[in-house]
Amino acid sequence: MLLISCPWCGQRDESEFSYGGEAHIVRPPDPDAIDDEAWADYLFFRTNPKGEHREQWLHSAGCRRWFNVVRDTVTYKISAIYKVGETPPSQENESQNNNQSEQVSK
Amino acid sequence: MSRSASRLAMGGRLKRDKVISFTFDGKKYKGFEGDTIASALLANGVSLIGRSWKYHRPRGIVSDGAEEPSAIFQLEEGAFTIPNVRATQAEIYEGMLIKSTNAWPSVSFDVMSIFGVFSRFLPAGFYYKTFMWPQKFWMAYEHIIRKASGLGESPRLPDPDHYLRTNAHCDVLVVGSGPAGLMAALAAGRSGARVILADEQAEFGGRLLSSVDRIDNQAADDWLSEVVAELTSMPDVRLLKRSTVFGYHDSNFTTIVERLNDHHSIKNRKGAREKVWRLRAKQVILATGAHERPIVFGNNDRPGVMLASAVSSYVNRYAIKLAKRAVLFANNDGAYQTAFDLDAAGVKVAAVVDSRKNEDGQLAIKLNALGIERITNAVVVNVKGRSHVRGVVVKALASDGRSVQGDARAIECDLLAISGGWNPAIHLLAQSGGKAKWNDAKSCFEPDLVVQKQRSVGASNGTFSLAGCLQEGMEAGLESAKLSGFEVSDMNVPTVNSTSEIALEPLWRVPSHHKPWLGPKQFVDPQNDVGVSDIYLAAREGFESIEHVKRYTALGFGTDQGKIGNIVGMAILAEALGKTIPETGTTTFRPNYTPVSFGAIAGPEVGNQLFDPVRKTSVHTWHEENGALFEDVGQWKRPWYFPKSINGRLETLDEAVNRECLATRNSVGIMDASTLGKIEIVGKDACEFLNRIYTNAWKKLGIDCARYGFMLGEDGMVMDDGVTVRLAEDRFFMHTTTGGAAGVLNWMEHWLQTEWPEMEVYLTSVTDHWATAAVVGPNSRRVVSKIVEGIDFAKETFPFMTSREGTIDGLPVRVNRISFSGELAYEVNVAANYGRHVWERLIAAGEEFNITPYGTEAMHVLRAEKGYVIVGQDTDGSVTPIDLGMSWVVSKMKDFIGRRSLSRKDCLRPGRKQLVGLLTVDPSEVLPEGGQIVNAPTNEIPIPMLGHVTSSYHSACLGRSIAMALVKGGLDRMGETVHIALADGRMLPAVIASPVFYDAAGERQNV
Repeated sequence: MLLISCPWCGQRDESEFSYGGEAHIVRPPDPDAIDDEAWADYLFFRTNPKGEHREQWLHSAGCRRWFNVVRDTVTYKISAIYKVGETPPSQENESQNNNQSEQVSK
Repeated sequence: MSRSASRLAMGGRLKRDKVISFTFDGKKYKGFEGDTIASALLANGVSLIGRSWKYHRPRGIVSDGAEEPSAIFQLEEGAFTIPNVRATQAEIYEGMLIKSTNAWPSVSFDVMSIFGVFSRFLPAGFYYKTFMWPQKFWMAYEHIIRKASGLGESPRLPDPDHYLRTNAHCDVLVVGSGPAGLMAALAAGRSGARVILADEQAEFGGRLLSSVDRIDNQAADDWLSEVVAELTSMPDVRLLKRSTVFGYHDSNFTTIVERLNDHHSIKNRKGAREKVWRLRAKQVILATGAHERPIVFGNNDRPGVMLASAVSSYVNRYAIKLAKRAVLFANNDGAYQTAFDLDAAGVKVAAVVDSRKNEDGQLAIKLNALGIERITNAVVVNVKGRSHVRGVVVKALASDGRSVQGDARAIECDLLAISGGWNPAIHLLAQSGGKAKWNDAKSCFEPDLVVQKQRSVGASNGTFSLAGCLQEGMEAGLESAKLSGFEVSDMNVPTVNSTSEIALEPLWRVPSHHKPWLGPKQFVDPQNDVGVSDIYLAAREGFESIEHVKRYTALGFGTDQGKIGNIVGMAILAEALGKTIPETGTTTFRPNYTPVSFGAIAGPEVGNQLFDPVRKTSVHTWHEENGALFEDVGQWKRPWYFPKSINGRLETLDEAVNRECLATRNSVGIMDASTLGKIEIVGKDACEFLNRIYTNAWKKLGIDCARYGFMLGEDGMVMDDGVTVRLAEDRFFMHTTTGGAAGVLNWMEHWLQTEWPEMEVYLTSVTDHWATAAVVGPNSRRVVSKIVEGIDFAKETFPFMTSREGTIDGLPVRVNRISFSGELAYEVNVAANYGRHVWERLIAAGEEFNITPYGTEAMHVLRAEKGYVIVGQDTDGSVTPIDLGMSWVVSKMKDFIGRRSLSRKDCLRPGRKQLVGLLTVDPSEVLPEGGQIVNAPTNEIPIPMLGHVTSSYHSACLGRSIAMALVKGGLDRMGETVHIALADGRMLPAVIASPVFYDAAGERQNV
């Protein structure tokens, strides 16, 4: 039962949230320009690290906003929480070609 | 223990003025308030209390706590029956009904004990290797084998109790109220911190409850009373007794089950049976103590063989003279206290058998003074007696300690107390993500890595001296209070006159001149009948991981979860593999620490019909009053059909549906469509947003116009569909399927918030705000125009796929001319609170046209006749719009979610399953939905599968059956015959046809 700090609502129990998988999966801006393999990479392949994972969470039983979390997949320790569009903490390996830099914030 | 065991006239912590009668295996006994089932039986001289799981060997009480492997009973009968109750933890109450398990006809004469004779042929995993021939009899063997084993029975009646659940926070949680836990709670409590102290027992004190130690120059009992009184007086300290912390999760979230009523007789119980605390603590102190472990030797499972500390507990705490003659067998100093306790209670201690070679010290002198013989460098190799200990066989150890030598010596006794050392109870530490390390000097696992805001103290930290426990507890309490933000002042550690020392030399199993699988069986895990031979067998067969050995032998299964046998078992495995103990490792600890009732976990949901919400439309009661039967669609109750009375009986489903369909197509029907998802989409970028999430074009949609929208996942598969109406330049009203509404809203929000935050679009769920009555059929216009004001319903002014606003009785209504049946139809939307009123007005207006309410079944038939798909019925997440033959809905001019995937190789390959219609050759046969489709009946195995029937009905309008199906390459096979395999073995022929069976030109809705 994680304790998660929603950026808008504060600390809440994990049961108020829904998990959204890996964060920063950016939709390819020109889908026709990439081949099936690259498109499949965007659709289906995720990094699944043993260690720090940047992922999305939704405060589904609260403010219903999405935000990002850096969580260790082994210890479950959350080391950072940041809003969509904010700079994520730096990460060692940026392997995918569609893990582009942070989105334009509004 | 034996017939000679009896209650001592004085002493113990019982309420001797409260006599309790109970029944065990049909016989009546008496005990006192404060007795557990185990102590009460022992005091009454009962020793044989059960038969083991597999071999049906006679078993007795072994311990005084959660680690008990053998005294497992069935309580009560009927709705109140509970299986797998540990006699050592259950408090007796007046009228308690207790039965032993796994023995027939009785514990003392058990027919199944014949299994014991064949035990050599029934080792661990025997059922994987035996009873395999002939193969088809395996299920019969399995049935018999299962009946021959197992402990206890599940209740067959609903739970009569109710359970509570509460959320709580505190500064410091202290788990365990032995000396370490008490000091921790005291230290933290005195600082003003909010403290919760939880203990699984009915009294606080832990080991102090059976101790003869002196603390601060008073008896442990008196010191204990003072401490508990002080803790009780503190307003910010909550004391939870009979409360087990059974789970330790992330961020110091723990779950505690508080047993409120199980210690009262059934008729005196009031209120909830149990309460689960869901607790978040700033700091946690684990003072969970340690479990004494046995030594393994031949026939060490006989009734009358008990853990030494348990013997002391039954003597001191429960005032029982356990036997006439006792022997103590130990490898450590601490166990000697048991010999002294027995002697003080008048039991003749025939000998202390010590496996160590050590010289005489204080303990030896004390034994000598009491006239107790001490035999060092020796071990007990076997136990005499079957239904009770009659004596022990002792042999000397060879100089290398790895074998026995010399003559066997028999010592008569009716009690054997054993002690192999102590295992810190590190279960919660491990659950919390912490790790333990093997301490060679102490021969135990100790806390090593801690990842949460937590500390372990006392015996659970490998600190076994009373002085050490008090010290550590105090320090942890002060530290935890400080970290929680409270000021602490110095405290004095109480002084101790403890006689226990715990110097120890490891001895896991007594060496034997027999091979492990010969000679008297040496039990490691008595509850699962796992012996040394089974562990050696597992090692021999290649199971080298302790996790595999556990599953293969069943070591550590059951109610005690290895509390008594796991460490010993692991050490024996290490020996069998020639590895060290750290190399062998232990299995993982998971919640629950001890068994927790299902009711406690379910909490207020036990028996709750509303566990999943039931959603009803505002017209629901009208449907009920008019005889509707309902079906569940998601959480909603939707009218399924409205059977009428004909000839004194109720219509069948088929009769009702046929009537509803014919009435609708011939005149007018009315259906409650309120459950469909409804989402308002507003903002300057709303239109562009629709363009991106729907497959078709939206930019040119006029105001008050409607369009059918098709939604795909990014993988190109059909996700949802529905009609969306444009109400203004920047305002759209989207319909979704009933079951898909929440998912579609979440889907759209996800895209807007994370991918396109620059778009200005606002989404609002309005599903519950509107009631919708669909008025359907050639007379629908006549009905609605009778009562709706402000709308001109003429065909030219109110065309198909448009929307108009008007009023009914002054109530604003929005009418959408859309159709899911192919007939002229209008959906009348009004604020939900007026749903029933508008419905009744429509019914009255339609009476002259025999307006017929219809449900989901008729709705399904009507749309199927037109070949309209239902997402989730005709699609399953693996179907694209092209597969459905709906290329017309896919725009070629713009990008949208899922478009790129439609050109993936796999989406373009020939032979994909495609949606077609099926017409059975015999029109009276209705295909089963889900029916598997093949080309022709054949003996070829496996027979190539082509797809399945997705929707299938009898069509009253067409006078024959119709079906839709997904068939490989179906769109190129029009007119061909395929076969559908039925469960009764028949193969029904059907012709592939267009799924639009009725009014292919679509004329009926254009009137």
